[in-house]
Amino acid sequence: MNPFALVGRFVIAFLSEIGRISLFASKAVPAVVMPPIYFRLIGQQMMRIGYFSLPVVGLTAFFTGGALALQIFVGSDIGAETLVPQIVVLGITRELGPVMAGLMVAGRVSAAIAAELGTMRVTEQIDALVTLSTNPFKYLVAPRLVAAVLTMPILVAIADIIGVMGGWVVGVYSLDFNSAVYLKNSVDFLKFGDVTSGLYKAAVFGFIIALMGCYHGYNSKGGAQGVGAATTNAVVSAAILILAANYVMTSLFFGEGSR
Amino acid sequence: MTTPKIEMKDVHKRFGSKVVLDGINLSVQPGESLVIIGGSGTGKSVTIKSILGLITPDKGSIKVDGQEVTRLTGRARETVNRKFGMLFQAAALFDSLKVWENVAFALIQGRGLGRAEAKKIALQKLAKVGLGPEVGELSPSELSGGMQKRVGLARAIAAEPEIIFFDEPTTGLDPIMADVINDLIVATVKDMGVTTLSITHDMASARKIADQIAMLYKGKIIWAGRKEDIDNSGNPYVDQFIHGRAEGPIKMEVAR
Repeated sequence: MNPFALVGRFVIAFLSEIGRISLFASKAVPAVVMPPIYFRLIGQQMMRIGYFSLPVVGLTAFFTGGALALQIFVGSDIGAETLVPQIVVLGITRELGPVMAGLMVAGRVSAAIAAELGTMRVTEQIDALVTLSTNPFKYLVAPRLVAAVLTMPILVAIADIIGVMGGWVVGVYSLDFNSAVYLKNSVDFLKFGDVTSGLYKAAVFGFIIALMGCYHGYNSKGGAQGVGAATTNAVVSAAILILAANYVMTSLFFGEGSR
Repeated sequence: MTTPKIEMKDVHKRFGSKVVLDGINLSVQPGESLVIIGGSGTGKSVTIKSILGLITPDKGSIKVDGQEVTRLTGRARETVNRKFGMLFQAAALFDSLKVWENVAFALIQGRGLGRAEAKKIALQKLAKVGLGPEVGELSPSELSGGMQKRVGLARAIAAEPEIIFFDEPTTGLDPIMADVINDLIVATVKDMGVTTLSITHDMASARKIADQIAMLYKGKIIWAGRKEDIDNSGNPYVDQFIHGRAEGPIKMEVAR
């Protein structure tokens, strides 16, 4: 086949997918604010998306913080006692906390949402909603979007704390740093903006996670295989979009232009 | 002449290059039961889904109580859909909800009824399809296929619709349970005086629940008439279908 045609086909498929996702989002976002708003479902989803992700996110943050502390210690000759806590606290709050939490929740929640909505689609439960005069965007999509956007910043705030703790544990118990000095160095170096930028990122990642899960689940077709494909696509696309959005937001918050 | 409850005129729908509906014309009078028969893949489901607004036809007009509904969206669509109840082929019960919550769904979400009030009505509807109140507390996955169909029927009639759609109501059931469901459909429908539109390829079921029968073949209605006339239709396609013969004008697309 003509290689130009191949490239063209790929680009067209890519662009039309972006178009479809944008159309989906443009129906989903108004559904969030227009009544009826299902508060009970939002609460349910906050439990499932936020609360039940805590162990995964907490463990990830702990080990990431610990490994980061070790790496920096090994790489620095002098001044490790000030360098390690500073880099750990900045690395966790600005980048690793939100990104690692985002990726873990993407794996857990995007997949779960896509599988649930996908199964509802292929068993005609979504059609059944419509025949019962209920808008699936308001009943299914909106509560998941709201819950993910609200709970992700909370998860990341907790991940930040646990991640810094991970660095502290390694620093104090493995590298023989002074505990009080470690904590003082962390707190002194941290600025308010480092934390809030991470929390903004978290809210955007939450939106991406729920949107990708809902989009792929809602549009899945063709039985069990289709649901499987939807689940995979939801996780992969959510992960890629999170990393891309992270880069864009980092350059907005900390790039040349923002100084 | 009264306004038909449902009227479809020259409705077309294609998916890609595949023509599914090729100019459907049909009408259902108030209080009447129309059954559309036809083989698999002849466009029966797409016909129902077009009326419900789950699929938008490419061309043609669909009227419900004389109101054009093909281009309705949002609130206007929801208002029209309140006239409808539907029993899905595989019942399509919400597996995250209990049986009674399924039956009460339209009452709670659509009509804004309180849960206690809605539960009372849901249990009445369950009783109507022969299920006791203890079934209401179960989850749909704990039910057999026949019971799921009954719950689906209870859910379809819960909000007192004017028009009920039945998508293959007897598919996947044993002959006795199929007859039980047919009897239930006839009993509830006559009791409520509603209009129904059903699709099936089960002739026993069609003969039991229909007033009128229409046969769909390759996206067109090729015969329509009263149930009593179907054995003397004079149409070779209809004859082949109702007698279930492999030989005849309808060629199954099977690779040989």
